[in-house]
Amino acid sequence: MEITMIYYLIPALIMFCCGLYGFITRRNMIAMLISLELMLNAVDINFVVFNRYLYPGNMEGMFFTLFAIAIAAAETALAIAIIINVFRKIKNVDVEDLTKLKD
Amino acid sequence: MEPLFPILILAIPLFMFLFLGLLGKYMSHKWAGILGTAGMGVTLILAYCTAFTYFFSGSPEFIDGTQRLQYVAFNVDWLQLYDQLVIRIGFLLDPISAMMLVVITTISFMVHLYSNGYMRDHHGVWEKGFQRFYAFLSLFSFSMLGLVVATNIFQMYIFWELVGASSYLLIGFYYTKPSAVSASKKAFIVTRFADLGFLIGILILSYYTGTFNFTDLTSVGVEGMTDVFKVDLSTAESIKDLKFTASAAPMFMGASVLTWALVLIFMGGMGKSAMMPLHIWLPDAMEGPTPVSALIHAATMVVAGVFLVARLFPLYLMEPTSLTIVTVVGAITAFYAAMVACVQVDIKRVLAFSTISQIAFMMVSLGVASPDFHEGLGYMASMFHLFTHAMFKALLFLGAGALIHAIGSNDYTDMHGLRKYMPVTHITFLIGCLAIAGIIPFSGFFSKDEILSSCLGNSTITYLWMSMVAGLTAFYMFRLYYLIFWWKEHKVHEGHHAPHDQPWTMTLPLVILAAVSCVAGFIPFGDFVTWNGEAYDFMAHFDWNVATVSLCIAVLGIGLATIMYRKENPWPQRMRQLLPGLWRWCYHRFYFDELYMFITHKIIFGCVSRPIAWFDRHIIDGTMDGMAYVTNKAAYAIRGLQSGKVQLYVWVYLIGALLLGVITAVCLI
Amino acid sequence: MFSNILIYFVVIPLLMLAGLALCRNIKQIRTVAVVGSLALTALSVFLLIDYLALRAAGETAPMLYQGSWSWFAPLNINLAVGVDGISIAMLLLSSIILLTGSFASWKIDMPKEFFLWLVLLSTGVFGFFISIDLFTMFMFYEVALIPMYLLIGVWGSGNKNYSAMKLTLMLMGGSAFLMLGLIGIYFHSGPEGHETWNLLAIAENHSIEKGWQYFLFPMTFVGFGVLGAMFPFHTWSPDGHASAPTAVSMLHAGVLMKLGGYGCFRVAIYLMPEAAHDLAWIFLILTGISVVYGAFSACVQTDLKYINAYSSVSHCGLVLFAILMLNTTAMTGAIMQMLSHGLMTALFFALIGMIYGRTHTRDIRQMGGLMKILPYLAVCYVIAGMASLGLPGLSGFVAEMTIFIGSFEQGMMDYLSGAGSLRLVFTIIACCSIVITAVYILRVVGKLLLGPVQDEHHLTLTDASWWERTSTAVLIVCVAAIGCFPNFFEEIIRFTFSDKIFTVIGMN
Repeated sequence: MEITMIYYLIPALIMFCCGLYGFITRRNMIAMLISLELMLNAVDINFVVFNRYLYPGNMEGMFFTLFAIAIAAAETALAIAIIINVFRKIKNVDVEDLTKLKD
Repeated sequence: MEPLFPILILAIPLFMFLFLGLLGKYMSHKWAGILGTAGMGVTLILAYCTAFTYFFSGSPEFIDGTQRLQYVAFNVDWLQLYDQLVIRIGFLLDPISAMMLVVITTISFMVHLYSNGYMRDHHGVWEKGFQRFYAFLSLFSFSMLGLVVATNIFQMYIFWELVGASSYLLIGFYYTKPSAVSASKKAFIVTRFADLGFLIGILILSYYTGTFNFTDLTSVGVEGMTDVFKVDLSTAESIKDLKFTASAAPMFMGASVLTWALVLIFMGGMGKSAMMPLHIWLPDAMEGPTPVSALIHAATMVVAGVFLVARLFPLYLMEPTSLTIVTVVGAITAFYAAMVACVQVDIKRVLAFSTISQIAFMMVSLGVASPDFHEGLGYMASMFHLFTHAMFKALLFLGAGALIHAIGSNDYTDMHGLRKYMPVTHITFLIGCLAIAGIIPFSGFFSKDEILSSCLGNSTITYLWMSMVAGLTAFYMFRLYYLIFWWKEHKVHEGHHAPHDQPWTMTLPLVILAAVSCVAGFIPFGDFVTWNGEAYDFMAHFDWNVATVSLCIAVLGIGLATIMYRKENPWPQRMRQLLPGLWRWCYHRFYFDELYMFITHKIIFGCVSRPIAWFDRHIIDGTMDGMAYVTNKAAYAIRGLQSGKVQLYVWVYLIGALLLGVITAVCLI
Repeated sequence: MFSNILIYFVVIPLLMLAGLALCRNIKQIRTVAVVGSLALTALSVFLLIDYLALRAAGETAPMLYQGSWSWFAPLNINLAVGVDGISIAMLLLSSIILLTGSFASWKIDMPKEFFLWLVLLSTGVFGFFISIDLFTMFMFYEVALIPMYLLIGVWGSGNKNYSAMKLTLMLMGGSAFLMLGLIGIYFHSGPEGHETWNLLAIAENHSIEKGWQYFLFPMTFVGFGVLGAMFPFHTWSPDGHASAPTAVSMLHAGVLMKLGGYGCFRVAIYLMPEAAHDLAWIFLILTGISVVYGAFSACVQTDLKYINAYSSVSHCGLVLFAILMLNTTAMTGAIMQMLSHGLMTALFFALIGMIYGRTHTRDIRQMGGLMKILPYLAVCYVIAGMASLGLPGLSGFVAEMTIFIGSFEQGMMDYLSGAGSLRLVFTIIACCSIVITAVYILRVVGKLLLGPVQDEHHLTLTDASWWERTSTAVLIVCVAAIGCFPNFFEEIIRFTFSDKIFTVIGMN
């Protein structure tokens, strides 16, 4: 059995949907962050797969993924920092309570 | 002739204005007065020299055989409007401007001299703002001189506005007094309104003729003149009458365009010369210091309207309708003002109404003048009367000023019986009254007689009407005279010293002017000032019948006044009770002021300005604010969408993305 | 680039900005402001003399001192400069008002920030007048508008937030129209692929089709007209001026409102003469209304600044009115009126600011008899009033008379050739404004300066200080100069109107 692109893409899609579902339904910001990471990784897989199968000679997809991972790490750090600050301010991390900016 | 004198005549008063106005406060009152008077004295000498040269030198620049010419001493471009039309500032010498130079500088000098005494109190303390007063007097003299020597109608308009402004400044000289402030405002606005007509008249005239120059407008020659405005290319080269040929009949609402222009220009003259119904500012203008009233509101500025009509007389001749309007306005005003003058209490008001009436005489005289009758006698008579009137009315005003200065009040009720206390004032005032009443041999007799003669040439009705006014003039002037100097003994109040004649600076001008008023009638005016510059014999047109009749009427008026007012008696009171309605209307000047107050305050302010201001604030601005309000409200309305709930946004985003995907798919398939 | 004299009109203000940023105390700030604006004045005087000399030497190009430096090539945007007599007159006006405005804000709070914004504003103004590239022109226009918000909002008085917001928003609304119009002009400025923003090139090509002109002309005219306080878009003016600090009122009424008139002429009419000819009647009615309406409104106001703001509506309405006459005389008059109104209204606002600084009220009912207490300021006020009501010898008269003569000429020509009597009727209506102006000016003078002293507290006030005297005296001298020697100023602007653009529509 030859392993085609679709074998990678379907798990990536499932991962992405899980992430999306989690992002929409979870109220806890940490959980939302984890869901976000899930979605990012799904996209990363897609990049790598497309690069590997469609443009085997090139490396752009790989680099893009590496960049995305690096940025995701930075972003996570930032998000955690924000969440900690939010927690200090309102003593919980429920996203429903964070509507101050609209005023 | 060198243009040096003419330039200096204008430059010296202007310089004195700037000098006294800017530096006046650094100099003493005395020096300001001396400098101002000296400046005017130099101007007087220069003006006399210029006039003398013009009339008597016989140089071909000024006279061609027997015909006097218009001579332009200088003419500089002031504003180029387009190729053909230029506004120039210049100096035109012709009979009437030379005469006006003499009149203005004489009266102005007298007033400068007189004010040295008048503008301080009995202890010799100078009035506050004395330097300013002299500065304004100089400004006025400059503007008035500029007006009379104007080479073009626009220069006249420029100086016309300037005399208006200096009149405003001088009427409002006592600026802390509310009545003076409102009087000055009224004078300016009423004359401004009249000037609007003047301006539009100028615009029409200049559009059709393409020139502002008086010489171009008036010296084409009598027969030629009639054609200038009636589409004839051959007559006037300087006139760009192509516009007339383009539209064959320049008629507008039943009258020719020229008539409209002339009537509108006359409206300007009506404003300045206080003709009915634009006369209401002049009586109030008496709030100014009395020398100012003598200079501006009796002798010089108020005759500017007469001067204007005289200046454009050849044009007026072409349109008999406009001359008829001049006559009618003049005749009505003369009678009206004489009626009102009969009952006023304030002596300056009496003189003011008398001025209005006399100027109306001049207007009528111009209105009835025609080359067919006694070679345009009316024109000469009008200018003659202007000359003599300036002298004797200035005399009367300065005399009144001396009285007011001595008594401290404007009302004759505070005077009475002053003849013993102020003999010089008494005699000079009497001479002025005799002159204005038209008693031989004082100057007024001659000029008024010429006017009545020319009225007779127009129509008997005009003649009778004006004779009646002349009788009234004699009556009210002598009523005033008797009420001031006779009636009853003067009561000297406790603690006040008795009134007495004023210092020489004040009496000298009175004496000089009285002397001029005695002899001015014998000037052979016909030799100097005629409508077309042709000299003619004065006495040839003297109508002894008219003279006798008018003399009789004057004597009648004086006699009536003597009976009623020489000694304290109940007759005036009885007369008043006999005709209470008439008396009340005359006393309130036929309620013209109330009418104007109604129009300005109730209609212009109440029904136009306030609604407009309201409209602006509430409708126009309301619309703008309303737009801002609606935007604001709309923003608030859609603000709910930005709930701040992140997961809701994601839902919306997701649905949107899905929808887009579906649509794309559908489109692709 | 720096060999072109015009560029210094932007460089000097930028240097001033840098200098101001380095200043540490009020003395240095004043020095920078005064030296800079003096330099600008000197530069514009020099430019004027040089320009006249060049013209006398027979230079016939429509714009002199032209220069162009590419800025954003893909869109053909250049920093193109060039001036003719009108622009030079405006530059001179702006520099004089900046100079006097600096003197008038001698004792302002937070001077550094104030002057920074003020100079930034003038950078925009100067840039606007020197550019002949529509895009840069628009950019400088915006640069001139925005600082106004802060200047009024921070240093203003009264209901300043509201006024600042209103003024900025309304003017921005105008710019929106304007931008649309300018972009439209760009796309029709020349043959396909040769579009240009350059004013002269567009006029030369004359390639905007009539249909487009009918759309673009109202856009640009209204866009600039808002700034020129055209009825019914004038309501920012009373509120804005009333709240603005003295120098800002001066610059705004004196110079910025001129941007409107200048733009209407330079862009709307210059580039689209056919539409101007056909659509003039709409705007003639609006501006004719402005003239009388502003004057009548001013008659019943009680706040000094409101009176003056409405009088500005009336006078600036006359500018636009005269421009729309499409007649050389009237247009010359319009430029004269811009100069005259700029100087006169700056003088007015300076004086009002000085009086307000002393009495702390602008309500004329609460003041009176100031002539006795503040003779210098009062006399200046009377002079300004006289200029405003058109006294010969001061600037207002010359401008108004030129306008009336030109408009009447055009009106009669229309009337006699059967082209309708609209121009004639509105000219006569506009003439009436000279009477109404007299009414409101004398009303203010009478209530404010003359008569008995209303408020005992005012008796202790002191008259003008030396910087206030300098500021007002300079303006008065300028007003009198225009009034006494109008031919000189007429000479400066005459050349522009002999341009071929005016023969397109058969103008004389």
